Amino acid sequence: MNTDISQQLQQQVVQAYEQVTALRIIGGNSKAFYGRADDRLLSAEILNVSGHRGVLSYEPTELVITARAGTPLAEIEKLLDDNGQMLAFEPPAFAESATIGGTIACNLSGPRRAYVGAARDFLLGCKIINGKGEIMSFGGEVMKNVAGYDVSRLMAGALGTLGVLLEVSLKVLPKTEMVETQLFHCSSIEALNKIHSWSQTPLPISASSFHDSVLRIRLSGAAKSVQAARDTVGGESVDNAEQYWHQLKEHKLDFFATEKPLWRISLASDIETFTAENDSNFLYEWGGALRWLKTETPAEIIQQAAADVDGHAILFRHSEQQTCFQTLSPGLLRIHQNLKQGFDPKNILNPGKLYPEL
Amino acid sequence: MYSSENIESKISKTALIQALQHFMAAESVLFDEEDLKPYECDGLSAYRAIPLIVVLPETIEQVQRVLTLCHENMIPVVARGAGTGLSGGALPHEQGVLLSLAKFKNILHIDPNRRIARVQPGVRNLAISQAVDQFGLYYAPDPSSQIACTIGGNVAENSGGVHCLKYGLTVHNIQQLKIITIDGELLTIGGSGLDSAGYDLLALMTGSEGMLGVIVEVTVKLLPKPERAQVLLAAFDDVVNAGEAVGNIIAAGIIPAGLEMMDRLAIQAAEDFVHAGYPLDAEAILLCELDGTNEEVSEHVSKVRGVLKQSGATEVRTAKDEAERLTFWAGRKAAFPAVGRLSPDYYCMDGTIPRKQLPQVLKAMADLSKEYELRVANVFHAGDGNLHPLILYDANIPCELERTEEFGGKILELCIKVGGTITGEHGVGMEKINQMCVQFNSLELQQFHAVKAAFDPQGLLNPGKAVPTLHRCAEFGAMHIHRGELPFPELERF
Ligand SMILES: Cc1cc2nc3c(=O)[nH]c(=O)nc-3n(C[C@H](O)[C@H](O)[C@H](O)COP(=O)(O)OP(=O)(O)OC[C@H]3O[C@@H](n4cnc5c(N)ncnc54)[C@H](O)[C@@H]3O)c2cc1C
Repeated sequence: MNTDISQQLQQQVVQAYEQVTALRIIGGNSKAFYGRADDRLLSAEILNVSGHRGVLSYEPTELVITARAGTPLAEIEKLLDDNGQMLAFEPPAFAESATIGGTIACNLSGPRRAYVGAARDFLLGCKIINGKGEIMSFGGEVMKNVAGYDVSRLMAGALGTLGVLLEVSLKVLPKTEMVETQLFHCSSIEALNKIHSWSQTPLPISASSFHDSVLRIRLSGAAKSVQAARDTVGGESVDNAEQYWHQLKEHKLDFFATEKPLWRISLASDIETFTAENDSNFLYEWGGALRWLKTETPAEIIQQAAADVDGHAILFRHSEQQTCFQTLSPGLLRIHQNLKQGFDPKNILNPGKLYPEL
Repeated sequence: MYSSENIESKISKTALIQALQHFMAAESVLFDEEDLKPYECDGLSAYRAIPLIVVLPETIEQVQRVLTLCHENMIPVVARGAGTGLSGGALPHEQGVLLSLAKFKNILHIDPNRRIARVQPGVRNLAISQAVDQFGLYYAPDPSSQIACTIGGNVAENSGGVHCLKYGLTVHNIQQLKIITIDGELLTIGGSGLDSAGYDLLALMTGSEGMLGVIVEVTVKLLPKPERAQVLLAAFDDVVNAGEAVGNIIAAGIIPAGLEMMDRLAIQAAEDFVHAGYPLDAEAILLCELDGTNEEVSEHVSKVRGVLKQSGATEVRTAKDEAERLTFWAGRKAAFPAVGRLSPDYYCMDGTIPRKQLPQVLKAMADLSKEYELRVANVFHAGDGNLHPLILYDANIPCELERTEEFGGKILELCIKVGGTITGEHGVGMEKINQMCVQFNSLELQQFHAVKAAFDPQGLLNPGKAVPTLHRCAEFGAMHIHRGELPFPELERF
């Protein structure tokens, strides 16, 4: 399906700007749970981008794909797969309806993130509608581009608070020839030690996880190098492990089936002690740099603990999310507010989704 | 020629010097003509200006005080690293303070477990890799200027190098920054994890050309040194075939660590200069570096060799040992100075294009070269479509610089026309300010100004650079047509 509804979307934003009406931007609604629940969003008018879809250009040898924001993520992944390529940051879909625009707006990345980069690292350019209803393009379809400020990357993770994504251009990579997974039984400290000794050598590690005394390492690359790496790291070989990594990425593992609030904590990979929680409430990814935690502990305590180690914690899934993202320092908050003012002066785009002040 | 934006400052030069000397050693505040002279330009020496004062602070607190003082008195501030920039980014402001970060040259901390190094902004790019070598690690972005340029300058320009096709640019390889805003506030951007809360200010700062804040600390990510690196040298009797070979390698599912192209003139210049053993009868050569584990490299070398032959390479060589690998690269790395020996002056351009446009663009450049009667040597990061045409000229011949600049401008506009950009890694600075009006429309430029205002509402940091005012574009637009329309029809013409 290929439809351009940019004019319609633009008109709706222009009208909202004139009448100062808040807009709640929706793609596939697959990640609606992510971000703050704000009263302004509950009463907001819906701006639905999902009808704006279609791949605009894709040439495998250029390693670039450009698509309208409402294009289903699955459609893009299928097209790339047919051509032996992939979105290397392994974005979680969380539902079939997931769109590429929502993927970039949330800047969520899967297991490979620690080894190749996040969604923002693969974003080359985008077309947006700002809060005044102006359509603009930044970045482009080339690998290197330093003309003007990097407004494209600023959109990644902004949750639509600075602009409505209309089109995105992403760098893609060839799929790897061979994938193997090795498994180890060990404590969390042993797991981190192993990971750190490997990460200082050039092994083709493409994912790692630790939970309930099991460390898993995924190796991907040229067949010979994966085979050699498997001998180096040792452990037990796991068959059909791709299903495990898929379930991890999509939060379909049993670990994620919980009523408790789910926290996403990003910190330096070698922090051993984080909180005194029972181990099975933790799941590590990204070589230890990402920790999922299920806990009823109050937000202030979790976020303070994260701040103490120079990291940050996001309340990822929960019913009534008021405090969701780590509090910014006053200086950074001021810059955030100024930027919001510069892109969306009447504060109509997803108000309060990221921070109450934005 | 460069005329800086006029800013009404509130303090005399003498009073400013006194105020600066209040918290900095006398030798760190320069104001005599002869002391200022070394700072009059960066790597783009065609543009020169003498700053009012040069300061060389040593501590973060001093930088904060310099900025507070300048902010209170409406004094422009231009940050400077090593001054190797090629777009006039560090060109001084005549009424302003040039803030050199040259004294910030300490490596503060190396953490092999986390694979990071925390360094001061004046640390040279290569010094980082040298310092972490003992841990088997290195810092991947490697601009050809890496022996001289600073990490602060690299962040400000989002610099790349021959290895960025596989390992990314500066923006992909840093984790945290400490910056001072124009009102003297110290901000920490990024964190110890792989991401941080809020907007991606780390990306916004990277490539911001000293317009948003002064970088006073950088935490870089390090990579384990590959087990093995091997380089192939392929000769072609047709530039178009060489261009196609680049796409074919990628189509084979291989991302080389580096993929560089040189044309006939560049090959000859490099060969005369460093005797790398390049084939002199070739129209173009490709240098393709493959790295990874031992097994992987062997596998890829044979694959790439096949692809190169199939793409019409007349000769494919593999470096027989590490010494020969370095020799192959020596020619490429010395290409700029080598070309410099062919002519009294050269002008280095920096457009990026979609790779598939390479043959057309090379052809069009050859035509322009005839039209302007100026020779061009081509050295470029072929893997990512980043061109570095070097225009040869002689500044002593009347009007030749002007003709060169016009020719250069035409090349940049050509890059935009085929879907590319006016700058891949050298930045806009002062040099490409007019072409910004061609690449972006007035709404986009206004949005850039809004970003600037979020950090520096008075426009005191590096005034007149990177993003043109709409009036400047209107002036420029009188001669140029944007995307088939008259640009800025809403603005009056001068
Ligand atoms: C021979 C040669 C080869 C080159 N090869 C490459 C290449 O392969 N790839 C590439 O990308 N570039 C290359 N360059 C360009 C140049 O080396 C890079 O742009 C480099 O990053 C500039 O670093 P610098 O320390 O010299 O910065 P400067 O030239 O001093 O400054 C550059 C810009 O950064 C700002 N700035 C500097 N330090 C700070 C700071 N601490 N805080 C805020 N702003 C700051 C300045 O205001 C200015 O706008 C080359 C240059 C030469 C001369």
